[in-house]
Amino acid sequence: MPNFDYEAPTSLMSALELLAQPGENRPLAGGTDVIDQLKSNRRNADLVVDLKRIPELLNIESNGSGLHVGSAVSCTEVHNFTTEKGGFAALAESTELVGSVHIQNRGSVGGNVCNAAPSADTIPSLLIHEAVAHTASASGEREIPLIDFFAGPGQTVLEKGEILKELVLPTPSANTASAYLRFIPRNEMDIAVAGVGSLIEVDPSTNLVTKARIALASVAPTPVRAYAAEEFLEGTKIDADAIDKTADLAVGSAVPITDVRGSAEYRKELIRVLTRRTLTICLERLA
Amino acid sequence: MSKKQIKTTVNGVEHEILVDSTWTLLETLRDQLKLTGTKEGCSNGNCGACTVMVDGQSSCSCLVLAPEANGREITTVEGLADHGHLSPVQDAFVENSGLQCGFCTPGFMIATTALLNDNPHPTENEIRLKLAGNLCRCTGYDKIVRSVQDAAERLNKA
Amino acid sequence: MVATYDTKTDYKVIGNSPIRHDGVDKVTGRAIYGGDVKAPGLIWGDVLRSPHAHARIKSIDTSAAEAMDGVFAVLTHGDFPQTDDKTIDAGEGTVNLRRGQSNVMADKKVHYKGHVVAAVAAVDRNTAQVAAQAIKVEYEVLPAISDVDAAMAEGAPQILDGLVGDHLGESVENTNVARVFRHEFGNVDDAFANSDLVIERTVSMSMVHQGYIEPHNATAIWGQDDNLTVWSSTQGSFGVRSQVAGLLHHPESKIKVNYVEIGGGFGGKTVVYLAPIAALLSRKAGGRPVKLVMDRSSVFEATGPAPGGKIRMKIGVNKDGKIQAADTDLMLEAGGFPGSAVGAAAICVFACYNLPVSRITGYDVLVNKPKSAAYRAPGSPQASFAIETVIDEICDELGFDKIQFRLDNAAHEGTRRGDGVQFIRVGLEECLVAAKESDHWNSPLGDAPAGKKRGRGIASAYWMNGGGKSTCDLMLQDDGTVMLNEGSADIGGTRTSIAMQAAEVLGIPVEDFHPSIPDTESIGFTGVTGGSRTTYTTGLAAYNAAQKLVVELKSRVADLWETEASNVEFADGVFSANGDSIGIQELAGKLDPTGGPATATASVNLAEAGNAYGVQICDLEVDLETGKTDVVRYTAIQDVGKAVHPQYAEGQIQGGVVQGLGWALNEEYFITDDGAMANRSFLDYRMPTSLDMPMIDTIMVEVPNPLHPYGVRGIGEVPICPPLSAAAQAIKEAVGKPFYELPVKPGRILEAQND
Repeated sequence: MPNFDYEAPTSLMSALELLAQPGENRPLAGGTDVIDQLKSNRRNADLVVDLKRIPELLNIESNGSGLHVGSAVSCTEVHNFTTEKGGFAALAESTELVGSVHIQNRGSVGGNVCNAAPSADTIPSLLIHEAVAHTASASGEREIPLIDFFAGPGQTVLEKGEILKELVLPTPSANTASAYLRFIPRNEMDIAVAGVGSLIEVDPSTNLVTKARIALASVAPTPVRAYAAEEFLEGTKIDADAIDKTADLAVGSAVPITDVRGSAEYRKELIRVLTRRTLTICLERLA
Repeated sequence: MSKKQIKTTVNGVEHEILVDSTWTLLETLRDQLKLTGTKEGCSNGNCGACTVMVDGQSSCSCLVLAPEANGREITTVEGLADHGHLSPVQDAFVENSGLQCGFCTPGFMIATTALLNDNPHPTENEIRLKLAGNLCRCTGYDKIVRSVQDAAERLNKA
Repeated sequence: MVATYDTKTDYKVIGNSPIRHDGVDKVTGRAIYGGDVKAPGLIWGDVLRSPHAHARIKSIDTSAAEAMDGVFAVLTHGDFPQTDDKTIDAGEGTVNLRRGQSNVMADKKVHYKGHVVAAVAAVDRNTAQVAAQAIKVEYEVLPAISDVDAAMAEGAPQILDGLVGDHLGESVENTNVARVFRHEFGNVDDAFANSDLVIERTVSMSMVHQGYIEPHNATAIWGQDDNLTVWSSTQGSFGVRSQVAGLLHHPESKIKVNYVEIGGGFGGKTVVYLAPIAALLSRKAGGRPVKLVMDRSSVFEATGPAPGGKIRMKIGVNKDGKIQAADTDLMLEAGGFPGSAVGAAAICVFACYNLPVSRITGYDVLVNKPKSAAYRAPGSPQASFAIETVIDEICDELGFDKIQFRLDNAAHEGTRRGDGVQFIRVGLEECLVAAKESDHWNSPLGDAPAGKKRGRGIASAYWMNGGGKSTCDLMLQDDGTVMLNEGSADIGGTRTSIAMQAAEVLGIPVEDFHPSIPDTESIGFTGVTGGSRTTYTTGLAAYNAAQKLVVELKSRVADLWETEASNVEFADGVFSANGDSIGIQELAGKLDPTGGPATATASVNLAEAGNAYGVQICDLEVDLETGKTDVVRYTAIQDVGKAVHPQYAEGQIQGGVVQGLGWALNEEYFITDDGAMANRSFLDYRMPTSLDMPMIDTIMVEVPNPLHPYGVRGIGEVPICPPLSAAAQAIKEAVGKPFYELPVKPGRILEAQND
C-alpha cells in the first residue's frame, strides 16, 4: 500500500478543497476497485478522500428531470431503487451483476463509471439511457454526456480535483424497454468477456422503432455505442430479421482484443448473440 | 502515513482505537482487536472469506479501510452467537455438515445471516446467487445450500 | 496387530452422523488457523520473488534492505546450511533435500516466475514487503519453457543444471525429462494387430491448482537453545518437522511443530514453502518469532499445482466387447524440479479394466512452472480423462452400452494392475451396477430450452489410497469420558470419524470423547492427512488402542472382582464375569485401587490400503451460441467400504466432484509468452461458485475393505477423477464434437462447432 492520509469530509465543498490540494488525491466511494488498486500498487495516492459522508452524493431519486444517482450510491441501492421504480430494467440488471452481493453492497455505480474499465457492467446500461455525468471541482461544475466521459481503458476525462457528483438519466417514455446481458464463463463473479445493453422505444401507432440505443462492453478500449446498428434499427418494424441484421452491425462496432478472458473472434461472436438476445428481451418487455 | 482515532462498534461493543489510514478493516479486526475469526483468503474481494457486516450489509472487509469503520456498526462471526447459544444459522451448518475445513465458514456465517435477514424464504437459486461471492473448495456447496435451507426453516419457526 | 474384516453389521456408532467435536469452534470463529497464531514480540517476514520464469541469478544486493529501519534479518540461499543429497517422504510424494532447498529459495537459477530468491524479517508486514522489494537482483534471462513439447524438443535449454535423466534405465544428460519408465505386460503390438478396432487419441490438459481458500503460512521461533518451534498450515505436522529438519540440516528432535487447523490442502500442503524461511529468519533475528503469510497470487504461481501435460492413449477392442490391449504415454509436467505425479498416473490409468496385455510409459518432464505437488489423487484425474475419452469413443463407434462395456471389462479381485500389483476385494463392479440401476441413469435427459442442447456423460476412475503410519492415544477419565489424541490434521471432520471407531469398540458414546491433535512432541509419529488414509489408518490405530484399553480394563475388573482376567467378558460397553456386570463408564470411576488411570496407545504402519473406485454420471446443458455450459444433474457412485460418518463421506465425494468439474470446465493456467501465469487471482482462475453447481447426488456402495475391521476404505480422492471425462463426454454428446483438450471452456466449444 502507498502511504496515504485519509479524510472523510461531510460537505461537497470541503471534499473539493481537499481534492484540489497538490499531490495525488483519490476520491473513495465503495472502494472495491480503488482499495484493490492501492494494495497492488496499480494506483498511487497521497490522500484518500472518502465521499460517503456527503449527503448529496448518497442520494438517489427520481424527479421531473429524470433519475438522479449520486456518485456514492451503492449498486445494491441502485438495484433496489430501479427494480421498484421500473423503467430502467437494464440498469437494474447490471447492478446485480457487478462482482458479488458483498461487492454490490459497497461498490457504487459512480465508482464503476469512474473506474472506467471497458468491461464495466453498469456502463452500457447507463449509456443506452443517455446518462449525463455531472461533475464538480473547486473551480466549477460540468455536464458531460456519458459517452464522452471515457478516454481509454481505466481513464476518464475527469481533471485533477474533479469528481463525479451524480449521474442523471432522463426518464424514458412508457414505450421503452431495455435489457443488459453479459457473457461470463461461470455464472457469477467473472469480469464480462462481452456485454451488451440495448434499449428500444417503439411508437405503438406505427410499430416502428423510434429510438434504438445499443452499448457494448469489453470489446474496445472504452465502452462504446453501436451507432451503425442503432441507425439501422431506427425506423424499422422490429422483427427477428431486423434484430439479426442489427446484431451483425453491432459486431462492426466491436474492436476487441484477445486476452485471458477471451479471444477477439469469440468476443465478436458474443456481441452478435448478446445484441440479438437483449433486443429480443426488449421486444418481450414491450409486449 | 497518518493515524486516525476512530470509534467503531464491533459486535455490540464500542471500541475507540488508533488506526493507520492504510490498514484495512480486516487487518484491524484481526491484528488490533484480536478477532481472528474473519479470515484472509485473497485480499481482493474475490473469495468472501473476509465477509463481515457493516451497518447490517455484508461486505468484504479486505476492501474497507480501517478509518471507514468510524461510526459504523461491524458484525463479525464472533458476534453471531448469543450468550453461548449458537445462532440458528450456526446450528444449521454444524448439524448439516455445511463445513469441512472451516476456513470459509465465518464468511458463510455472515453472508447467510445477511441473506436470510433480507430474504427469509429464499429459493435454492436465490441462495446460490447470494452466496456466489463466498468460495468454498471443500464442500462443493451441496451441504452449504442445505444448511441455509435448514437455517431458514429454523428462523421462520422461531 | 493384523486387522481382519469383522463381518458384523449392527454398529452402534459407525454409520451415524454425529456433530463434529470442533464444529462449534469453526462456526464461531474460535478455531485457530496458522494465520491466527500470535506470539509475544512477533515480527513479520516477506519474500522477494523472481519476475522471470527462467533465469540465472548473477548477483543479489541486499544492502538497501539491511540498512532499512525496522528490518531484523535478510536471507538469501547462502544462509541455508549444506544439506544431504537425500530424498525423504513428504506424505503424497517425496522431497529431494537439495532440490527442495533450491525450491524454497533459489540458489543459482530461478526455475519459474515467483521462485523465491530472498527473504526479510521486519517489524511489520508493510516494512517487510517494502524491504524485500528493495533487494536488487541481477538476472540473466533465459528462454522460458512452458509445455512438455517445448521441454522435450531438440535443443531445448536445460532447466535443472546437472540433471541426469533416467530414461528407461539409461542415463541421459542435457535433458528436461527427469525420468522415463515403463510398465509392460504381454505383447501389445501383436494384440493391436489382432483387434477389430483400434482407437488412438492424444489428450492434453492445463496445469491446475488445488485452490484451497487459506493461503500458506508459517510462524517460527528459533529458541536460544536451538530448539525450533513451528506453526504452519499443513496436512501433517510430522511432514513439516522432517522437511524442515532435512532442509535446514537440523535434528528432528530439536523441532516441535504445533498443531493449527488447516484451511484446505488437497495435497498442496504436504510440501513446505515458508516454514524453513520463517525458521532461518527467526534465527538470524536473534530468536524473535517470525510469521509469514503468502499472498494469493504467489499461492497460484509459486506453490505446487497439479501437472498439465499430454497423454497418448491407444486401445484395441474386439467386436465382442472385450478390450484386447491398451498402450499409453503419459507426459506430465513436473514443473521447475523433477517429481510430477506421473508414477501414480501410471498406476491408475488402466486400473478400472481387466486387461490381457498393457504397456504404460511415463515421462516426468521439467518446465518453467512451479514445482508440481499432489492434488487429490495426483495423476489419476489426468489419466482417467485420457482413457475414459477413448473408451467412450469405442462405445460410440461399436454401439456398446457404456455401462455394460465397462462391466464386461471391469477390474475385480485378482486383476493385475498395470504396474503389476494384484487387486484384493474391490467394488468397481458394484459401482457400475449401482450406476446402471440409478435413478439418474434411468431418467431421460430432459429437454433443453431453445438454442441449448443437453448431453450425458459417464466415467469411472480409480485411486490406490494410502496406508502408512499413524498413532492414537486413549486416556479414560474417571468420569467415563475419553481423551483421544491422534496425529492426523483434521481437514474434514476426521477427529470425529476416528473417535467414532474407538467409540464403537468401547461402547462409550462418541459425544463423550474429547479428540485432539497434539504437537509433534506429544503424540507418536503420524503421516499426513492425505492419500485417503486418515479415517482408514488413524481409525485403525484408534481401533487398536481401544482394543488394548479393553484388555487393560479386563484385568482391572478381574482385580476388582478378584477373578481371572480370562473370565471377564466385554460386550456392548459392559464388562461381566460370574454373574456380575459393570458398564465401562461406571468402571472408569472405580479404577484407583486397581492401579490408577487406564490408558492405551497404538501405532500402525500399514503397507496396503483398500482401493477406491468411483463411477459418475454428468448431465450438462450447452448454450450452442455462446458455448456456455451448465451442469444440470450429477450423480457420484462410489465404493466407500463402510461409511463411518455418512454425511462427511458424502461431503468428501461432493467436494471432489466439484473440483473435478472446475478442472473440466474452466480452470487453467494462462501462461504468457514469457512464462508467467496471467490469471493468478480468484477472479480469473475460475473455480466453481455456488451458482455454478447443482446439488451433487451421491450413492455410496459398501464393499468392505478386508484390511480394516469395519471395512473402511479411503474415499477422499477418487471423486475428483471421473468428472473430467464425464463432463467432456456430456459436452460431446450435446455438441456432436469430441474434446481432447481441457478445460472444455466456452470459447473452445464455440470454436469446435464452427469447425
